[in-house]
Amino acid sequence: MVLLFVCFCLFVCFSLLVLLELSLMLALLTKATQFFSSGHTNNWAVLVCTSRFWFNYRHVANVLSVYRSVKRLGIPDSHIVLMLADDMACNHRNPKPATVFSHKNMELNVYGDDVEVDYRGYEVTVENFLRVLTGRLPPSTPRSKRLLSDDRSNILIYLTGHGGNGFLKFQDSEEISNVELADAFEQMWQKRRYNELLFIIDTCQGASMYERFYSPNIMALASSQVGEDSLSHQPDLAIGVHLMDRYTFYLLEFLEDIHPASQANMNDLFKVCPKSQCVSTPGHRTDLFLRDPGSVLITDFFGSVRKVEITREAINLTNPTELSLRNELKSEALFYVDQLPVADIIHQKPKQKDWHPPDGFILGLWSLILLVFFKTYGIKHLKHIF
Amino acid sequence: MGLLSDPNRRKAITSLLTRLNTPICVVCYLAGIAWFMGLAFEPFTLRTYMSENAMGSTMVEERFPSGERALATAREFAAHKKKVGGMPVDWLVKTMRAQGLEVFTQSFSRNLPFPDESKERFVVRGTNVYGILRAPRAPRTEALVLSAPCSPGNSNNQAVGLLLGLAQYFRSQIYWAKDIIFLVNEHDLIGVQAWLEGYHHTNITGMGYTPLQGRAGSIQAALSLELNSDVVTSLDLVLEGLNGQLPNLDLANLFHAFCQKLGILCTIQGKLQRSDWDTVEGYTHSAQTMLLMVLKQASGRPWGEHGLFLRYHIEAASIRGVNSFRQYKTDATSIGRLFEGMVRKLNNLLERLHQSYFFYLMPSLTRFVSIGYYMPAFGLLTTILLLRALDLWVHLGTPTPVTEDGVGEGESPSSPGLLSVLTPVVISHLTGVALYTLPVLSQEMAVEHFPVSETEAVVLTAIAIYTAGLALPHNTHRLISGEGTEQGWRVLKLVALLYLAVLLGCTALINFSLGFILAVTLVPAAACVTPHVPKALSAVAMVLLSPGCTILYCVFLFQELQEVPVSLAEGWMLFLSVISQGILDHALYGSLVYPLLALLVYPCWLLFWNILFWK
Repeated sequence: MVLLFVCFCLFVCFSLLVLLELSLMLALLTKATQFFSSGHTNNWAVLVCTSRFWFNYRHVANVLSVYRSVKRLGIPDSHIVLMLADDMACNHRNPKPATVFSHKNMELNVYGDDVEVDYRGYEVTVENFLRVLTGRLPPSTPRSKRLLSDDRSNILIYLTGHGGNGFLKFQDSEEISNVELADAFEQMWQKRRYNELLFIIDTCQGASMYERFYSPNIMALASSQVGEDSLSHQPDLAIGVHLMDRYTFYLLEFLEDIHPASQANMNDLFKVCPKSQCVSTPGHRTDLFLRDPGSVLITDFFGSVRKVEITREAINLTNPTELSLRNELKSEALFYVDQLPVADIIHQKPKQKDWHPPDGFILGLWSLILLVFFKTYGIKHLKHIF
Repeated sequence: MGLLSDPNRRKAITSLLTRLNTPICVVCYLAGIAWFMGLAFEPFTLRTYMSENAMGSTMVEERFPSGERALATAREFAAHKKKVGGMPVDWLVKTMRAQGLEVFTQSFSRNLPFPDESKERFVVRGTNVYGILRAPRAPRTEALVLSAPCSPGNSNNQAVGLLLGLAQYFRSQIYWAKDIIFLVNEHDLIGVQAWLEGYHHTNITGMGYTPLQGRAGSIQAALSLELNSDVVTSLDLVLEGLNGQLPNLDLANLFHAFCQKLGILCTIQGKLQRSDWDTVEGYTHSAQTMLLMVLKQASGRPWGEHGLFLRYHIEAASIRGVNSFRQYKTDATSIGRLFEGMVRKLNNLLERLHQSYFFYLMPSLTRFVSIGYYMPAFGLLTTILLLRALDLWVHLGTPTPVTEDGVGEGESPSSPGLLSVLTPVVISHLTGVALYTLPVLSQEMAVEHFPVSETEAVVLTAIAIYTAGLALPHNTHRLISGEGTEQGWRVLKLVALLYLAVLLGCTALINFSLGFILAVTLVPAAACVTPHVPKALSAVAMVLLSPGCTILYCVFLFQELQEVPVSLAEGWMLFLSVISQGILDHALYGSLVYPLLALLVYPCWLLFWNILFWK
């Protein structure tokens, strides 16, 4: 009897242990899947301010505050393309030269002393912006002006300026339309230039700019809906201009709380600046994005998190020769899709294929020709020919 | 067949035209006057708004601290002015240099065609002093001008003091993107004209001046101060410039925005805005303000120093401090802050002011009427002339069956036409030329023979030539062929009507107020005059509606609206001084009102006078 009881206890303990281990493993597994779920290995940011003139100070301050957050969270200058259409810090009208403030009473100088502007002044044009996105730059372009992303890059694109229904104004002289932007993103997708893309726009009627996107893995946020204006936040009476736009102001406040290990996800970002604070209604679009926004971390786009896994157990490395054999077997299975189907474009002579009998159309055509020929000349004449 | 080429339809239309001509003309005239008066009614006007983006969305806290010090400087300036007995050039140069400005002077001299009542001498000599505050970080391509006149006696000392105080404050700021020029000019408008001509390397009016040593780039805007007292109760904005040109409306909007921000009372034409627009008093008030602006614009003289800047496409306005009997007074620091704010906003400009209106009328400081709204009033008056001309054309085309003498019948319309018309036209214009040139040329001879001063001689000669023109028809009858024919006077009237229409139209495009005022009196005279109306009555009416009497009415109306009504004798003296001032303005600044009236409007009126005395 006692033996039975002891066996039963042992069995219960053993099963509990097994369950515990299983759950641990499951937890580890989910953590591991989560750990490797985003699929990106590097981060890029393209930050663009499209308007010039002193009274558009706030657009430059917007971009510089996003730049500051992105840099703080780990993306290095070599991976940031910063485009500022005008120089506010050294503008003659700036009573505080070499500074760009985002809060009134000059609490926060977002210009700092380590800003690296890649495209400045009149270089910020629609053409340059699209060339940066698609990578079609002349060979002489320096590396700092290129978006050297690959198919495992997560890219953050932030645009701000004056916009309208379906367009964004560049430099007071030209516009980019939402169709052009969507096509540029499709080119990026086809050239495998991004893994996932986060698009944020802070202009009037900003939601119209992401309406036309059709490429996968794009998530978009805008500061206002079609028909609404995005409003500026607060003027500074010493400098004499509006310092920030409302949406980016509250975005900056939200981002100041994010640190590289933060677990905040995109659903928190969607809640930034509700209508009570922003007056306009911010919008977002996630239908093209494959993952659930709740599982996407802010730092997937705003930070450059290096994934490190600490392991305490020894890993058996297999013999390199065996490894190469296995790789050879697999080598045929993987190949890149033909990125530039030259044969289709140039109409080269087709390779020697097997001969197929002529299909119905060619047959019918030739029979028609022959019929007409014989009808014209009459069968009886054939005798003379043949 | 087309409407006009079908003879039946054409006859129907022309008969309609001739039948209804007089009623339509009367209706048009009344409609034109009513439209004009209705412009002052508030629901028909628009609220002013800031059009320029660079100026609208920037708001700055003004920090000018030293109003009291500015007043002390003003007292010092007054003392030095009294000591020197004119403009204290050395003291000004020393003070401005001590403030860190680049100081330069310019001397000028001008020979007046005849001594002005206020100046009482033939030659005016003076010196302008100006200091340039260089923008610390900007290239020297653009500039703003702040000017204050150095007037004799005790006036405008505070303006110069405030100017120097502002100069000192502005010197310590680093946010200037344009150079600022602080100008103290002598002899008011003559000094400003000399400085502007020197700055832009032009010589429009025959002024003698030394070339400017220092220059600052193209001037974007200018403000002129006139302050007579230590405290003011309100600030008056003066917009009307030379030849009726107005600055961009954004300048007025800027002024109003800052007055509201700092809580200073601001007026235009010296009248405060009322809020009861739906009462009779409220409407009369707006109408008075608008009529004052119309009269000032029609006179074609610059009503402040800013008036001469406008010719060079520099948007400028004058701000005058008024000290009246009110409880709430504004001190010099607030006025300094107002100017600081305005100059700082002008500093933010990227281009010249061009977004807002250039042609407008202001029934009050916050309401305006743009050219699209006020031009139809003038158009209705011109329609009368065109209708009358059409009527005459129709009559000329169909010779009337009954004529008084058989000469005109059967002749083609054009043969007595042009040649006989040419004679009265030439004679009238020669009279006009005489009216333009003789008064100034013959003043010496007049002074020899008559006990009058030069100014009086000029004015009285002008009036004499004007009235001598009335006697022309009697003397030139013999020269006119086709004399006494029905066709003759019809052709002359047709030509004269078209001439008047073109003249008034062109005038109204440049200076709407002048064109409208001339139209109001000349159009009824032109439309109604024929040789068949009773002579004595219509002669009196014609004289009463002539350009000279129009000026007389305007003088009385102006005084009435300024709430300083004058008696007949005083009015007459004012009228004489207005004529002399007009001739002087033309000689000194290039005002075009006097040549327009003498060379073009008066001969046109003489043509109608000729028609009246055709037989």
